[in-house]
Amino acid sequence: MAHSQTAEPTRRDFLFIASAAMGAVGAGSVLVPLVNQMNPAADVLALASIEIDLAPIQTGQSVTFTWRSHPLFVRRRTPEEISAARAVQPGQFLDPFARNASLPENTPATDENRLRPTSGEAKPEWLVLVGVCTHLGCTPEASTAQSVQGEFGGWLCHCHGSQYDTSGRVRVGPAPRNLDVPEYVFLSDTRIKVG
Amino acid sequence: MHGSRYTPNSGIERWLDRRLPIIRFAQEHLSSYPTPRNLNIWYVFGGILTFCLGVQIITGIVLAMHYTPDSRLAFDSVESIMRDVNSGWLLRYVHANGASMFFLAVYIHMFRGLYYGSYKEPREIIWILGVVLYILMMATAFLGYTLPWGQMSFWGATVITNFFSAFDSLIPGFGTAIVTWLWGGFGVDNATLHRFFSLHYLLPFVIAAVVGLHIWALHVPGNNNPLGIDVKGPQDTLPFHPYYTVKDLFYLSCFMIVFAYFVFFSPNTLGHSINYAPANPLQTPEDIVPEWYFLPFYAILRSIPDKLMGVLALFGSLIVLVLVPWLDTSRVRSCRFRPLYKQFFWILLVDCVILGYCGSKPVDAMLLSTPVPLVWIARIGTAYYFLHFLIVMPIAGLIETPKPIPDSIAKSVLATTPAE
Repeated sequence: MAHSQTAEPTRRDFLFIASAAMGAVGAGSVLVPLVNQMNPAADVLALASIEIDLAPIQTGQSVTFTWRSHPLFVRRRTPEEISAARAVQPGQFLDPFARNASLPENTPATDENRLRPTSGEAKPEWLVLVGVCTHLGCTPEASTAQSVQGEFGGWLCHCHGSQYDTSGRVRVGPAPRNLDVPEYVFLSDTRIKVG
Repeated sequence: MHGSRYTPNSGIERWLDRRLPIIRFAQEHLSSYPTPRNLNIWYVFGGILTFCLGVQIITGIVLAMHYTPDSRLAFDSVESIMRDVNSGWLLRYVHANGASMFFLAVYIHMFRGLYYGSYKEPREIIWILGVVLYILMMATAFLGYTLPWGQMSFWGATVITNFFSAFDSLIPGFGTAIVTWLWGGFGVDNATLHRFFSLHYLLPFVIAAVVGLHIWALHVPGNNNPLGIDVKGPQDTLPFHPYYTVKDLFYLSCFMIVFAYFVFFSPNTLGHSINYAPANPLQTPEDIVPEWYFLPFYAILRSIPDKLMGVLALFGSLIVLVLVPWLDTSRVRSCRFRPLYKQFFWILLVDCVILGYCGSKPVDAMLLSTPVPLVWIARIGTAYYFLHFLIVMPIAGLIETPKPIPDSIAKSVLATTPAE
């Protein structure tokens, strides 16, 4: 506006800024639903919890269930596996936190804290984990009596080589976090509810 | 730079030329476009890449007529294409192997650009658009590989989308939020497949548009050439048609022989048999391996034992390519006259092949039958990849004494012609 000699804002400046601002608000209000449509839909969010019968699971066995479209590991640990998980000193963990959805975030990663259900007592035999490698989301393979996976007797992720111990704690990277422990409760001695 | 030589001959052409000068445009850019007269075989891959894009778009549109992007039906619809749809097997094999051929051509095209310094002033934008095209190609190939909903499709999609969860270690929860948003759920599922199909259909047209910009940017300064010197006048150039149209078509035919070999005689060699097993969210295959064209990047990712750093190295290995025009400090374009840097170029090429080999092997593999863990080789390879661009390129340009550069393309061409 070459003709405008004063620094005083003109009527045209005001109209220009007001229309641009309205345009930006309009574009933004359209952008939000366009981006948000990609987030989980209501039917996906309506997540169910599952009940698991523990009776058929043998000592030393790890069984995989489906929970919230992810694999869920339920492992009945042998006495050796329990003592191995409890013998580890805190300094040996790559991730110092328990990652138990029932406990506060900064709870230390002791085996006891990894087992704790949302309410009631933990049972050292039973380990419940979300079976998603915390590196890039593969499903780690569990050790069995026939073949031990990795050096720590727990799980080995074949994709990129992360290793977990018998408490599901990461011991060799690249995974940055321990396997997540979901919220769960014992309904009876042989029945749990996850979620 | 080059005046139009087009003169409309008929009344209709004159009428059209005043309204939509499309024939003039085609004449200037496809026919009389002055092209350096010394372009060699490595310059035919631009044309071959255009052909590949066309093949992928045409076969892709046809395949989409028979494909169902639903997690319960996708795998079966691909099998139905293979067994029931008329010529479906051919269309799918051309599309699947076409992706490999596309990457084969783009790698040759990129290394050609690196060797002859085609990224240097005034062609930086051409190079950057090329890197953008390459990244778009990678995204499109990844999305497309998910669609058959086999085991490798599913787990490849899981691993690659999880790259973004690495940002959790910068801002807790941020990475997970991105991944959940990408998936539309808490894992790769039906919603993920639907959106991947939609985007896989979209991106090739984005690629086509960027190819338009790439060629537009190319036609402003004109082609670089094996000597890396500027065109000084008409004696240095030939019209694109018929000289280079015929040359491109000849080498395109040779390329199609290789293409046809894979499609008709070896259609599954470049793929993974495990992808013929339907996706199972509860079981990861023993060995997750990406398609061959991603292997060097996969090796870079795996060579770093920290999640965030691994993902950043992977992205960084692409970002560094954007900076190449400014990392190279030499004023000489072509490696023909760069005795020192030329050797590093070949080391880079071998390095990428070694990284690809490392990426193809299981994570705990050893080098051949030695006790050397392959991951150490991959680490050296990754280190060299970054050192090449960030250290070798700037320093080689400063300390190197280039060989004498010819005065002109014409003189150089005539000097190599045997005397009558």
